[in-house]
Amino acid sequence: MTKQPAAVIGIGQTHHRAKREDVSMAGLCREAIDRALEDAGMTLDDIDAIVVGKAPDLFEGVMMPELFLAESLGAAGKPLLRVHTAGSVGGSTSIVAASLVQSGVHRKVLTVAYEKQSESNAMWALSVPVPFSMPVHAGAGGYFAPHVRSYIRRSGAPEHIGAIVAAKDRTNALKNPYAHLRNPDTTVESVLASQVLWDPIRYDETCPSSDGACAMVIVDEATAASSPNPAWVHGTVMRSEATSAAERDQVNPQASRDAAAYLWKQAGITDPRREIDAAEIYVPFSWFEPMWLESLGFAESGEGWKLTESGATAMDGEIPVNSSGGVLSSNPIGASGMLRFAEAALQVRGLAGEHQIDGARRTLGHAYGGGSQFFAMWVVGSDKPSH
Amino acid sequence: MSRTLSAPVTVAFDYTRSTGPVLGRFFGGLRDGRLLAATLSDGSVVLPPPEYDPVTHRPVTDLVEVSPVGTVTSWTWVPEPVDGQPFDQPFAFVLVRFDGTTAPMLHALDVASPDEVRTGMRVRVRWAQERTGHLTDIAGVEPLAPGEAEGAFSPGDTEVDPVTGIVTPVSVDYVYAASPEESSFYRALADGRIVGQRCPECGKVYVPPRSACPADGTPTAEEVELSDTGTVTTFCVVNVPFLGQKITPPYVSAYVLLDGADIAFLHLILDIPAEEVRMGMRVKAVWKPREEWGTTIENISHFAPTGEPDADYDTYKHHL
Repeated sequence: MTKQPAAVIGIGQTHHRAKREDVSMAGLCREAIDRALEDAGMTLDDIDAIVVGKAPDLFEGVMMPELFLAESLGAAGKPLLRVHTAGSVGGSTSIVAASLVQSGVHRKVLTVAYEKQSESNAMWALSVPVPFSMPVHAGAGGYFAPHVRSYIRRSGAPEHIGAIVAAKDRTNALKNPYAHLRNPDTTVESVLASQVLWDPIRYDETCPSSDGACAMVIVDEATAASSPNPAWVHGTVMRSEATSAAERDQVNPQASRDAAAYLWKQAGITDPRREIDAAEIYVPFSWFEPMWLESLGFAESGEGWKLTESGATAMDGEIPVNSSGGVLSSNPIGASGMLRFAEAALQVRGLAGEHQIDGARRTLGHAYGGGSQFFAMWVVGSDKPSH
Repeated sequence: MSRTLSAPVTVAFDYTRSTGPVLGRFFGGLRDGRLLAATLSDGSVVLPPPEYDPVTHRPVTDLVEVSPVGTVTSWTWVPEPVDGQPFDQPFAFVLVRFDGTTAPMLHALDVASPDEVRTGMRVRVRWAQERTGHLTDIAGVEPLAPGEAEGAFSPGDTEVDPVTGIVTPVSVDYVYAASPEESSFYRALADGRIVGQRCPECGKVYVPPRSACPADGTPTAEEVELSDTGTVTTFCVVNVPFLGQKITPPYVSAYVLLDGADIAFLHLILDIPAEEVRMGMRVKAVWKPREEWGTTIENISHFAPTGEPDADYDTYKHHL
């Protein structure tokens, strides 16, 4: 099956904050969209189709955002799709948008993902008691903390690895003007000294709750020809798996490993650690950096924490991870996956500003969601794919 | 006896909405007893104002005050109002084109019977007794009294102190239904037994049982009675309080793998300091007094250490 080439030529995001009380949901989306269109040198009139993504309905109490947002997104008279895959939604929304171009159906597609966490309470929304069952659920942190403990036991990682990730990402965020958290003096020691919320996860190892949006313009080869710096899509993948199956690997899920293998094959990559110049990986709790490094093939099983500890994932390391500050610094849930995809594209376009990785030519954008149930990833490059 | 168990669930939350500049002025106008409509690029005047112009896509900036009197352009009768609708008694949903606007707005007309509604009738806004800067500041619309002079309307200025946020309570009531397999699991709990099901294809024992094996999709039927002792595979200590929480923190939320089962489930660990809970710790169910039992996993108050030596890591590592 031959795909048409597709490229990102416009990227926009909001200034992510705990509360963006100055804008409505529509206004938040438009802030990102208008920046993406300006970057692409386009207006909404140029767009053929729009793909929107957001987190689960209960998070904001909006059942059909595509319905009430259609006019503000400029979708009147155009196809408008909504994508829905829990926390990975920003990634899968980007992939659906790219596929509309790769399939030859549309030439110029706008995609946007958003979240206004301040309008609700995600912790509450994730912990609504179900009749007859035990009410021990405690939000996303409560869900993932036992699996982080499993990773630590399985790999023998020392306690401070999670703190290294948190200190790195928070420091990286200082170079990203759009980042939500701006904590200038975050160190491994200060992270370790922060309160343990869901033992073994500490407060400073946890993502914030943010309002924000991200948008991209994804176009075909002919349209991309007029862009000075397109980010070409070299491969995309989505995989899902059952949330609860006997002996399911919750630390390194099969769907994640399968997705990574197929992604690298598409992109012609055999050694991701050597061939990928920078990665934006969905790390809502700091320990997920070493966990995903292993699952994605950047490190052998049980060795991800050593890569983190060695400094290889720092901005000046061998494989910089989340130079934008990542989900640990900005977490508008519905948009967080798209931010990973967009930041990966900014890197190969050379437009990442202060957090630019010198010479980045091929990068990874990654998102996951549900109970480590949905995975979405792409590789983008500064060169047009040759295969 | 019904084949399946069910129970009512209410999910309710007061969502806070940031209104943004356009709707903020509209809601501010309502609080002041004024209808502020948008003047759009194609010359149309629309109520409520859209945030972006549908033709130019630019933010809407021009608002104009329009008359609280208008004409019904279409309607439907609501003989049995439900919760959350504008009136408790039967009423009509009406499309009203307020004088000065070019498109109708949906609202509710307070009349006693459908015989009192017709397309083309003249109506006016009935303001709420207390106005707060919310859509509900318009209580509804009502017919102009017979012979009532309409009077000339002269728009005032559109300066308004904008509303920045509103609260929109959302409440959903529904009936949660457990599957037949889960129902038999919960009924067994009411007898003090824990009953799982074995997949005929892969042989894995699921507790609670599923209707079909999540791994291979095979329907499950064979029931397996399980021990109420097991092993903690992994866990977390919840120290953080949150809205809707049922157990006071700190508490240990643990995956307990019952002896004879192939999947762990989440439950509570007590009778041991949280910092002493371990992966591999052997635990036993502590049942509530029998008179408190129902068809629920909450019949098991919690799990407590058995005092046996910890399970070897190799016996449960494939359950992580």
